[in-house]
Amino acid sequence: MMRRLLVFGMLAGFFAGLLAFGFASITGEPQVDASIAIEEASAPPPAPGEHAEEEVVSRSTQKGLGLAVATGVYGIAIGGLFAIACAVAYGRIGTGGMRPTAAVVAVTGFVAVAVVPFLKYPANPPAVGNPDTIDRRTGLYVVMVLVAVLAALIAAQVGRLVSARLGTWNAALAAAAVFAVLVTMAAVVMPVINEVPASFPAELLWRFRLASLGTQAVLWATLGLVFGPLAHRVLSPAPAPARQAGTLARADETRASSQATAPSAG
Amino acid sequence: MPDSASSSPAATPLAGGTARPLPLPLPLRDIVPWAVLAGALMLLGIYFVGSEEGAFSLIGGTWMHEFVHDGRHLLGFPCH
Repeated sequence: MMRRLLVFGMLAGFFAGLLAFGFASITGEPQVDASIAIEEASAPPPAPGEHAEEEVVSRSTQKGLGLAVATGVYGIAIGGLFAIACAVAYGRIGTGGMRPTAAVVAVTGFVAVAVVPFLKYPANPPAVGNPDTIDRRTGLYVVMVLVAVLAALIAAQVGRLVSARLGTWNAALAAAAVFAVLVTMAAVVMPVINEVPASFPAELLWRFRLASLGTQAVLWATLGLVFGPLAHRVLSPAPAPARQAGTLARADETRASSQATAPSAG
Repeated sequence: MPDSASSSPAATPLAGGTARPLPLPLPLRDIVPWAVLAGALMLLGIYFVGSEEGAFSLIGGTWMHEFVHDGRHLLGFPCH
């Protein structure tokens, strides 16, 4: 059961990563190119006798294969973690089956892993950000992600505690309020980072950040909508049509084994 | 499991009038080993896309950083 959920999570994540690659290529790459042009124009010319900085990886590789591998690996990894989150959430939040559960977990994951960290420490294009502060910026970014994920877990637990008394809808509102309060407090307390050069075009920065947030939105939306139906079929297999005797026998076997394990869950 | 103790897996009538079974939670002890193993591997994957040869460096050099460069920027990680 868990093995199949994990495999489907990674498959859905890979597919989501490919769509995110397409979205990022179309909407994000023009902004990355424009930012690199600004970066190169502002870089000091190489000293006499010194060669210009050599490209380790060509721009076309970065834009094509490099971006595809990055979004693909990220998608698979997020998909695997997503499958585990859905396995835990199934039957524990709300009364819906796996499709609504996956949708709720995807929205929550998008907000906690992408939107909240983005609002505090937004994505930056090349030419923005001082390389000397990368350690501190990375640390703060990771802390913001962890705080938002922890806040989501606390909020979900609060929602579970009050759902019997308030009903599912009001419990979800209470959970959302707890989450909002916790991440707002964290965002206010955590230090501000602003390393955008005054000369960097505001319009270009806005378009880059919109493309970055959109890439994450495409990834999470695809993940939730693709994983839901796949996992739904894992958890409640449809009665097998009697096409082949072998298929039927295997379906019966699955049903028998799931009945055998069911009492241990109670 | 306290989650399922009160709810019978049998069909329960809901507000809409349609009868459908309440989902039975998957036992946590079945999930935990997968969560630990997959969690570690998945986080390693995210680390390589997001931070190797940026703030941290396991392999050394700049090839990995340059290869995933655009993805790192567009996925929202601090890059350089």
